[in-house]
Amino acid sequence: MRQAVRRFRPLVYVILGIYAVITFIPFLWALSASFKPLSEIVSGGMHLIPKHFTLDNYKTIFRQEPLFMRWFLNSAIIALSVTAFNLLFNSMAGYALARIRFPGSGLMFYSILGMIMIPGQLTIIPSYLIIKELGWLNSYQAIIVPMAAQATYIFMMRQFFINFPKELEEAAELDGLGRFGAFFRVVLPLARPALAAQTIFIFMGAWNEFLKPLMLMSDKAMFTLSIGLNTFKGQYISFWNYIMAASIIMTLPALLIYIFFNRFFVQGITFTGGK
Amino acid sequence: MSKRSGKLRLREGAAGYAFMSPAIVVLGCFLLLPILYAVFLSFHKVNLLGEVSYKFSGTANFERMADDTRLWIALRNTCKYALIVVPSQTLLALVLASILNMKLKFRNFFRVAYYLPTVTSSAVLVLIFMWIYNSNGLLNYLLDLVGLPTYNWLGDPNVALTGIMVMNIWSTAPLFMVIYLAALQDIPESQYEAAEIDGAGAWKKFWRITVPQLKPVTFYVVVMGIIGTFQLFDQSYIFSAGSGGPNNATLTMVLLIYQYAFKNLDMGYASALAFLLAVVIMLITVVQRLLFREEKLN
Repeated sequence: MRQAVRRFRPLVYVILGIYAVITFIPFLWALSASFKPLSEIVSGGMHLIPKHFTLDNYKTIFRQEPLFMRWFLNSAIIALSVTAFNLLFNSMAGYALARIRFPGSGLMFYSILGMIMIPGQLTIIPSYLIIKELGWLNSYQAIIVPMAAQATYIFMMRQFFINFPKELEEAAELDGLGRFGAFFRVVLPLARPALAAQTIFIFMGAWNEFLKPLMLMSDKAMFTLSIGLNTFKGQYISFWNYIMAASIIMTLPALLIYIFFNRFFVQGITFTGGK
Repeated sequence: MSKRSGKLRLREGAAGYAFMSPAIVVLGCFLLLPILYAVFLSFHKVNLLGEVSYKFSGTANFERMADDTRLWIALRNTCKYALIVVPSQTLLALVLASILNMKLKFRNFFRVAYYLPTVTSSAVLVLIFMWIYNSNGLLNYLLDLVGLPTYNWLGDPNVALTGIMVMNIWSTAPLFMVIYLAALQDIPESQYEAAEIDGAGAWKKFWRITVPQLKPVTFYVVVMGIIGTFQLFDQSYIFSAGSGGPNNATLTMVLLIYQYAFKNLDMGYASALAFLLAVVIMLITVVQRLLFREEKLN
């Protein structure tokens, strides 16, 4: 039996290797195109390593599309603010639901559970009309405020705080810290693993968001990178060298975060996925 | 004493609401209110020009759906999409997770590597795949190399949806792989050991222990997959530049809703469609929750 497994082992590694290639090829192919001059791309040579390595594509997109830098900043401002608000608001709400007894807390908990099940598509049109009525179209708050708290992560934080040792808070209270003092000085710093998992998911979600900026931002200067990239594609049809360079720039921040924090990903997925 | 505890309770209540207030405001204004508003819009004709005005139209928006040929095309595309994508990505995820669950070297490396597509923005993935799919692109080159027929992947209505399907299987399977992997690690080792004593081989162990133990997770993965396919938007929007083309081949439900709302400015009808889609998705979720709960009790 054991021997059979050992005999299969090389085969298993071959399968894993092949799938790793399937995963990487699109990214490597895009990366390679971003360093090739257009002439090399259209001539149809199918080689991964550029023959005439060049950084011109990256220089050109920043020079020819002056808004590209702005789009990058817009995406960063939105993703960072959304992340900061969510960490604070979801933790506060999750903590209250887990620890504080107040009238209506049961109702609120079940409302949160219900909201998780509501598909986002239902609220697209009314949210647009509400934001339009508020005069928020083409502003950062149009995306940031509606995304500032999310039911899924309130639930996740509640589950986290429910298993949190009570003694620490009791000690904090003896030290004369009130609810708020105990929460910000004692509880929140100890919730780091849950906060890290949340940070990654929310940042990625906001950074990659497509539909919301598409409908809320019509002013080109307020585009996020995902929408900017799409118009960029329309403008530079078949200039795949530029399009791929722009795509790589958009991927980098998310990729770096993923590489540095990937262990929190798995924790987070198993946490929200398994329930 | 009772006075003190009453005061304490009051203070607790105040703290509770203070902690909840940001979430209440945000979710109230941008989730609960929009849900009610969506129901309201579904039964009205909305005029957006100048001052926004509503005219009650009863169930007219819903009656219109029966004659809407593009709605039926979108539904057919979505079903076709779900029928192929959901089983493929589930199977792929299960196979990858089972292999990764063996005690292998570099297992962590493979897991981290495979997961990469799920963290990449859909806008970027679609562009990369369009670059690979274009007529003189990598895919056609590889197909030609092994003697298979090549296609105009972006322009041929017969294969355009297939292109998005392949991309979607590739990019979502790793997410479900991680969920499967976590579930596999929860299966007690003793069950396998007992089976080994009874002389069960690797294959038999997989079918008799692993597959039955994974039933609830598989159910979850399939349902999430179906919901995901119903919500498909970014990919077909970017792929077809918002048109759902070529020849409506990549038209999805959400893209159709988007077009009615923001191209035709027909917010009432678009809301009715969104309302229907939401009801379908929520029914699927509720059924999954109920069955999953029973599964847990057994």
